[in-house]
Amino acid sequence: MIDVVYFAWVRERVGLPKEQVETTATTIAELVEELRAREDRYALAFSDMKAIRVALDQRLVDLDTPLAGAREVAFFPPMTGG
Amino acid sequence: MTARVQAKDFDLAAELAGFGGKASGAIVTFTGIVRDNNSADLLAMEIEHYPAMTQSALEGIEAEARRRWRLDDCLIVHRYGRLQPGARIMMVATASAHRADAFEAAEFLMDYLKSRAPFWKKEITTAGETWVESKATDEAALERW
Repeated sequence: MIDVVYFAWVRERVGLPKEQVETTATTIAELVEELRAREDRYALAFSDMKAIRVALDQRLVDLDTPLAGAREVAFFPPMTGG
Repeated sequence: MTARVQAKDFDLAAELAGFGGKASGAIVTFTGIVRDNNSADLLAMEIEHYPAMTQSALEGIEAEARRRWRLDDCLIVHRYGRLQPGARIMMVATASAHRADAFEAAEFLMDYLKSRAPFWKKEITTAGETWVESKATDEAALERW
């Protein structure tokens, strides 16, 4: 079980800000594949992974990062601070 | 040395009271403002952030600036929520013995806040709502550091 959080248009496309996901994925990329296969809204949110950034336990990481032991994974578009 | 994320407005003069030290010959500040868009129909700017990550991201960026330049003081304040055109969004301030370090560190902070701090801007206009897209130049700006 892992907490998954979404921000900005990823949150809007998925339709919720946070959820708990039961998963057998070992990497973030595998988790994305599982979500995509679930429902169209995930497929839509994750249709272009070049437009998605990922944080694992609040640290920016790459898609191929292992999930092992992590509590929270976040998906969001490139940041626009400042 | 401070990094803060908040909904409320800030006062530049109040933030700078006591900023820096006796050896600080230079203080540089930058303030980001909500500006109207090219169609001149902006009603508000909605700024979303990732509460669990924002503070540590800001502190990480600030720590990196202090590692690279000789700073006597450093401040980041970034707002979130719904902001009106003309409102202050964020500020950075740096204090150093000389202006070169203060200017460069402030630019570094700005470049990193733009694309490495978990904020997302949405423009609310009379025509609808649009997420502000990051620019390739924002990412390229990091490479000079």
